[in-house]
Amino acid sequence: MARTVLVIEDEAHIAEALRFLLSRVGWRVAVHADGTTAMDLIRDIAPSALILDVMLPGRSGYEILEELRADPVLRDLPVLILTARGQERERALAEMKGASLFMTKPFANDELIANLRQLAGDPAAAESAG
Amino acid sequence: MRRALTGTRIRERRMLLGLTQADCARRAGVSPAYLNLIEHNRRPVGADLLEKLAATLGVETALLAEGAEGALFQALTEAAATAEPMAVPPETARIEEFVSRFPGWAALLAERQGRAQGLTRRIEILSERMAQDPFLSASLHEVLSAITAIRSTSAILAEESDLDPDWRARFHRNIHEDSIRLTEVSTALAAWLDQAHAPEAGLAAPQEEVEAWLASRGWRLPSPDVDAAGPAPDPAPDPAPDLASDAARQLAARLIERHRSDLRVLPGAALAPLHAATGDPFQIATRLGLPPSLVLRRIALLPSAPGEDGAPAFPEGAAAVACDGSGTLTFRRPCAGFALPRFGAACALWPLYEALSHPFAPVTALLRTTGRGSGGQFRAYAWAERSYPAGLAAPPVTEAWMLLSPARTEAGPARAVGSSCRVCAVAGCPARREPSIIAP
Repeated sequence: MARTVLVIEDEAHIAEALRFLLSRVGWRVAVHADGTTAMDLIRDIAPSALILDVMLPGRSGYEILEELRADPVLRDLPVLILTARGQERERALAEMKGASLFMTKPFANDELIANLRQLAGDPAAAESAG
Repeated sequence: MRRALTGTRIRERRMLLGLTQADCARRAGVSPAYLNLIEHNRRPVGADLLEKLAATLGVETALLAEGAEGALFQALTEAAATAEPMAVPPETARIEEFVSRFPGWAALLAERQGRAQGLTRRIEILSERMAQDPFLSASLHEVLSAITAIRSTSAILAEESDLDPDWRARFHRNIHEDSIRLTEVSTALAAWLDQAHAPEAGLAAPQEEVEAWLASRGWRLPSPDVDAAGPAPDPAPDPAPDLASDAARQLAARLIERHRSDLRVLPGAALAPLHAATGDPFQIATRLGLPPSLVLRRIALLPSAPGEDGAPAFPEGAAAVACDGSGTLTFRRPCAGFALPRFGAACALWPLYEALSHPFAPVTALLRTTGRGSGGQFRAYAWAERSYPAGLAAPPVTEAWMLLSPARTEAGPARAVGSSCRVCAVAGCPARREPSIIAP
């Protein structure tokens, strides 16, 4: 059964491209654009991995990440932070908040897919890497 | 041509009187060898010794101490004060000697220092803008988002040979929409950058901008009596349209508004006869039954030349300064011989701060400034007031004003003050905050 990745991204066209890309490589993709209700959705669908934008309406990606890491059930969920803020301090902040991986926009499609596979422990990642 | 420095002026005066170095040294109570070093600007002259030499040579201390090179000396001192730690630090005790022996290099260094300060300030302001401007931040985010969408989508279109026609059409439409968005944001961003880099955008601090504007007008503020006839139009026109930044225009508008209010209470023609009779603002306030703060403000904002409304000119060689309750300088009208710090805190011994801690009490003091090459003696008048513009239950707002009148010939003990600790040579100052770079 295909694993689910939840993409929390308020830019509709980026979310659409991600939905297409990740579906093509076998993921079931859910997309959500609002920070305020993101936690409810995460609990509902229990994804295998999360792609999380930082600047979201209502609530920032970091706040969501903090709540995830404090949640006994969700604390180990792999989270890929995807942000337009590429400074080193932003990367450090993401690490401090508990991000599993940090990528800046714009990104290369192949790299994002490879990172997500690696993050979720996909055997295909090891094959493509090896 | 070399400019005369303190030592050189002492030497020239001594030779004019036909005094030998030995005689002059004996009368001033120093050794001839030491006087020789002083005359060749290889040793600084302390205030006490300068007074003795002035008495020996029959001239006022200020004539020996002050010179056209004061600004040069000040600039070099500032350069040394702001320098990063170096293996061989600048020889601050020998600035006078340096200026004397290498006037061209000294002028070049001072010019570079001024330019470096200006550029540093520009960088600070631009960095602040870049970091904090919400429009810039939002625009860049928008650009990156559009580029991200275009890049990912176009890569899909280029790499997926068997793309479903519906997806293909959707991605084409997305790219089209994102390219339009990118165009709009980029255009707005370019317009913002053009505006931000235009010379009229003003890269000086607003207070500096207002001060430069006032100085360029001969410290003559636009007043309704002089600059406009009839009732003020509604809405009121911008009183300082030639100022570059909004912040500076707002500062100037506040200053002008209060000045106009002060003018109604104390017109120039009413101030002139009393001001001619006494330079003491407290006496003027007492005679007129007016708040000293108002009189101080009126004098501080007198034009450089007599005004058309009968206002007297601002006294030559005088200075004025004001601060808010935090001690931050909010008004600076400098003069030669009394250096006002551009940024940061001023000398804690200024009567301005004494007044700040004792509102509604007059503070006067005879001051002697200590900067080598820029020394002088001044009578200071300071007054602070506390008001409650937001009501008695709200925190008070305190403001202090200080007027400095030149008092070269006034006898009596004078308080040694400086500009700020870093460039002040007063030894053993009880109010020193940080070490000076200048040897006492």
